[in-house]
Amino acid sequence: MCLAIPGKIKSIELLYGGAVKMAKVSFGGIIKEASLEMLPTAAVGDYVLVHVGVAISKVNEEEAHKVFGYLKEAGELDELYDTTI
Amino acid sequence: MKYVSEFRSPEIVDALLKEIHETVRGRWNIMEVCGGQTHSLVKNGILNLLPEGIQMIHGPGCPVCVTPVNLIDKAVHLAMDRNVILCSFGDMIRVPGSSMSLLEAKSKGGDVRILYSPLEAVKIARENPGREVVFFAVGFETTAPANALSVVHAAREGVRNYSILTSHVLVPPAMEAIMSDEDCRVDAFLGAGHVCAIMGMREYFPLVEKYKIPIVITGFEPVDLLEGILMSVKQLEKKEYRLENQYTRVVEMEGNKNAIAVIDRIFTVTDREWRGIGNIPLSGYAIKEAYRLYDTNDRFHIEIEEAHEDPTCLSGEVMKGKIKPNQCPNFGTKCTPVKPLGAPMVSSEGACAAYYHFHLAGEPVETVQ
Repeated sequence: MCLAIPGKIKSIELLYGGAVKMAKVSFGGIIKEASLEMLPTAAVGDYVLVHVGVAISKVNEEEAHKVFGYLKEAGELDELYDTTI
Repeated sequence: MKYVSEFRSPEIVDALLKEIHETVRGRWNIMEVCGGQTHSLVKNGILNLLPEGIQMIHGPGCPVCVTPVNLIDKAVHLAMDRNVILCSFGDMIRVPGSSMSLLEAKSKGGDVRILYSPLEAVKIARENPGREVVFFAVGFETTAPANALSVVHAAREGVRNYSILTSHVLVPPAMEAIMSDEDCRVDAFLGAGHVCAIMGMREYFPLVEKYKIPIVITGFEPVDLLEGILMSVKQLEKKEYRLENQYTRVVEMEGNKNAIAVIDRIFTVTDREWRGIGNIPLSGYAIKEAYRLYDTNDRFHIEIEEAHEDPTCLSGEVMKGKIKPNQCPNFGTKCTPVKPLGAPMVSSEGACAAYYHFHLAGEPVETVQ
């Protein structure tokens, strides 16, 4: 029920004369539609959390990168996974 | 996948586990509120990797599990009406009602449709003007904006054959109910990350102060959960109690103002019955007067018999964190996902389903200290 994963906005469509923004969001290549009505400032290229067809939050890139701090502390320097999707 | 893979990194998980093992001295019970967090803990084997001094207690954060039986009976009754298209989230349809589940109603000819989003139900209503479309609107605060938005869409598009059967529940009153139970042994909470992405964090300050208990708003991936546990343990070992945010990449103090506004537009807070737990005051949403047209309870007068459930089902005890799923005598024997006694065995966020699917039936049982 509270499950949501982050996806990248690939395109945005305006409906009802601009009142409703619908986005096509890519989850590792799988495209799903999501309403952007809860995130009116979201733009193409942003990563958003989508829950039951509605984007509920943007992912803050700066905060997300802090996780790598654990690796620096542990002395690990390698790349993890391909993060280019 | 970006923003997912990093939070499943084995190297970071190892680093966090090491720090947890080095930090913990006492014995602590930490409750993760959300069923999605329970699933992640079980699925990723985290329960087996934590030091002995940390016990995770699984909370009632499964809205499917806490939906009262009589609401399921209402949904089943509606599904059997030839004029109704009953739409629902997938994991609701296997939950047993008094006589049958929605899936069984479907097998008997009821028009039951599984949808990913309530917005799709409005589309179905528009395309089937001669029939009534009912959406079984179940969820915590995370799902409320989408359910509310479906009503907004219906109103805007002039769709008059759409209504929602509301079964919404709220997290803070549930945490209050757990803490005020005299048998409660919870020392700290991992707060529900996506609920807070919507509602913000402010409603948790009063709980921290009243019960002098750490609350760490936490995400769902293994790295998130371990970081949340580490932050809780650090507070507990220093005898501190604060509200902290682990899930900073998604959760902000004020939440999502647009989402809160749409919830406020459509819903009002009401008392609610929680299956297995009982009535919790001001713990649910009902549709506001202005939108009664979209309220299934208002549109249909449903006469059904009084609900009853299997008295041998211990789901209430599981959801309050008093027993683990594999401590229930029916676990894996009388109660399985194919033939469940209650809801937690079939919901995607139910603790019993998590333990069953990830083969914990044979694991040694740790009792809550």
